[in-house]
Amino acid sequence: MSEKKNVLRLDNVTMQFGGVVAVDDLSMEVNEGEIVALIGPNGAGKTTAFNAITGVYEPTNGMVSFLGKPIVRNHPQGKMKKQYKGSDAEKFANEPVLNPTPDRITALGMARTFQNIRLWKTQTVFDNVLIAKHMRRTSGFLSATFRANRAEEEAQRAEVRELLRIVELEDVSDELATSLPYGKQRRLEIARALATKPQLLMLDEPAAGMNPQETDELTAFIGRIRSEFGMTILLIEHHMDLVMDISDRIYVIDFGKLIASGTPEEIQNNQRVIDAYLGVDDDA
Amino acid sequence: MLDKKEANRKNLVSLVAVLAFLAVVLLLDQIIAPTSKLYMLLTVLQKGSVYALAAVSMNLLNGFTGLFSLGHAGFMLIGAYTYAIFSIPSDARDTVYQYFDAAVRVSLPEVLGNAIGAFGTALGVLLAVLLAGLVAAVFAYLIGLPVLRLKSDYLAIATLGFAEIIRAIFQWKKLGPVTNGSNLLKNFARCSTFKLSLGGATVSLSTFVPVLIATVCIALIVLLVNSTYGRAFKAIRDDEVAAEAMGINLARHKMLAFCTSCFFAGVSGATMAMVLSIAQANNFKSAMTYEILLMVVLGGIGSISGSVIGALLFISASEWWLRGLDSGSFLGITAPTVFRNGFRLVVFSIIIMIVVLFFRKGIMGDRELPEALAGLRRKRAKKAEEVTGRE
Repeated sequence: MSEKKNVLRLDNVTMQFGGVVAVDDLSMEVNEGEIVALIGPNGAGKTTAFNAITGVYEPTNGMVSFLGKPIVRNHPQGKMKKQYKGSDAEKFANEPVLNPTPDRITALGMARTFQNIRLWKTQTVFDNVLIAKHMRRTSGFLSATFRANRAEEEAQRAEVRELLRIVELEDVSDELATSLPYGKQRRLEIARALATKPQLLMLDEPAAGMNPQETDELTAFIGRIRSEFGMTILLIEHHMDLVMDISDRIYVIDFGKLIASGTPEEIQNNQRVIDAYLGVDDDA
Repeated sequence: MLDKKEANRKNLVSLVAVLAFLAVVLLLDQIIAPTSKLYMLLTVLQKGSVYALAAVSMNLLNGFTGLFSLGHAGFMLIGAYTYAIFSIPSDARDTVYQYFDAAVRVSLPEVLGNAIGAFGTALGVLLAVLLAGLVAAVFAYLIGLPVLRLKSDYLAIATLGFAEIIRAIFQWKKLGPVTNGSNLLKNFARCSTFKLSLGGATVSLSTFVPVLIATVCIALIVLLVNSTYGRAFKAIRDDEVAAEAMGINLARHKMLAFCTSCFFAGVSGATMAMVLSIAQANNFKSAMTYEILLMVVLGGIGSISGSVIGALLFISASEWWLRGLDSGSFLGITAPTVFRNGFRLVVFSIIIMIVVLFFRKGIMGDRELPEALAGLRRKRAKKAEEVTGRE
């Protein structure tokens, strides 16, 4: 495991909103080619962790590194300083704060999907994927307006067609994104993320709201993405079948804290995980 | 491959249609005399093209990027003043700036005209128009820095406020040497004097020039909207969070849209000064912004051809068709007690209310003219098919 390249690494990431600590001192890593799942009961802080990684939130403390380079880093500021005094949260106190906007992080090679699908509603399937290619353009504003970038435009369109063929959405490419059935919208969102040419794909509850059959299809689809693109994937999920089927490793958090990590078999037999999911009977 | 051919054919058809339109305007410019009853048509075309450009540029911001801005009158003012200041000929300068000592002593059409003749004069006018757009865009950049952090209604209120501030500043006495204070600017290069001498014949260009400027600018906006940047703007409008997550730099793209929109607002302001022969800050009140917004809504938010149609309809109605409501007789009915000054606005308001209540998407919705026509044709073909099927 240690020879593999480290793609994503979290060090002591803490995310506090007022008095609520949504993510508490979370450290984890994702290696190249792996599918890693982040699971936990409702409200455990999974999506918050996601948002802290992708630049949507500014973490209260901690560091996120991508491909060996720190991309997000913060230490307790202002009022929080007192609260974290003396704890090992002061580890990053002397390091400069890094807080890039989500688009900068995507440009580095990290693309995400959303729990509640966020496609561009008035755009066609094809354009949804094509717009994600906008970031990888080299042409400027004027050359794009005066169509001096025709070669690049054609190349991008060809790439989009190829991508849509791989995800089997080519037959609906001219339809409005929102007219697709739910399962296909999910697939389109993943295709859109892939269009940004990421090295790490982050899926936020891809199977949310899906029936068992759609979930099975999605499981196969994610497996195919990994094999075809050699993609490293981090996913948040509730569907245990899906998680146990495709994950190489699993991190479990509860109330923002990491309570277990390991292979699917290890997690399935971990007492603390079972307690967190099923609840502990206090009378026993 | 077939798609490409089809697209090329469509582009060619649009190009031919636009060129034909321009040719017709040039022809009308020659055959309609100022004394003719139809002269109103030329006035409508002149003013209509100014407002069409303004409406399309506002649509670029409000309809395509989802930034609800109400500062358009302010940026048009900047454009009108920049154009006027830089095209007042030197011998007219002292009569225009009668209370001040004019600070800007350059007239672009005159300088270039003296250097390279008639062509230089035209080039100078063109440069002054471009400068008007650029100055408006620079102001937009400065105002955009703080304002574009705001969203929806807040952005609208802030831009509205800035537009009013601009108007106040341009009327400020201390800036008199540049802006002529609250007095109007006149005697600069204007439409009614635009002519082309070919051999012995003179070709009047007074309507053709504003229409040409508007057409070229609107064509540029169409190109922009269909480019990769235009698609990014639409993505920001549809879902900002997703756009940012897909690598679109929100601050940069919003600023680009804002400055581009204001550039064209400035050009439209310059054209307006050309058409009206005067530039006065008092004309550019927030009511003008509302009028432009109305054209955008009438035509359909997110449709460029809609904005053009909306602007032409609005101007035709207010300048021509509904004129009679203000001056005594309308549609053959003479009733000076009812049809007097201001009644036109009453009727106008009612029409607008009807449109907003019953045709919320405007005339075109978010479609463009070729699309809508193709849809219409398909519908008719289907109907015809049904009829033959029944037989």
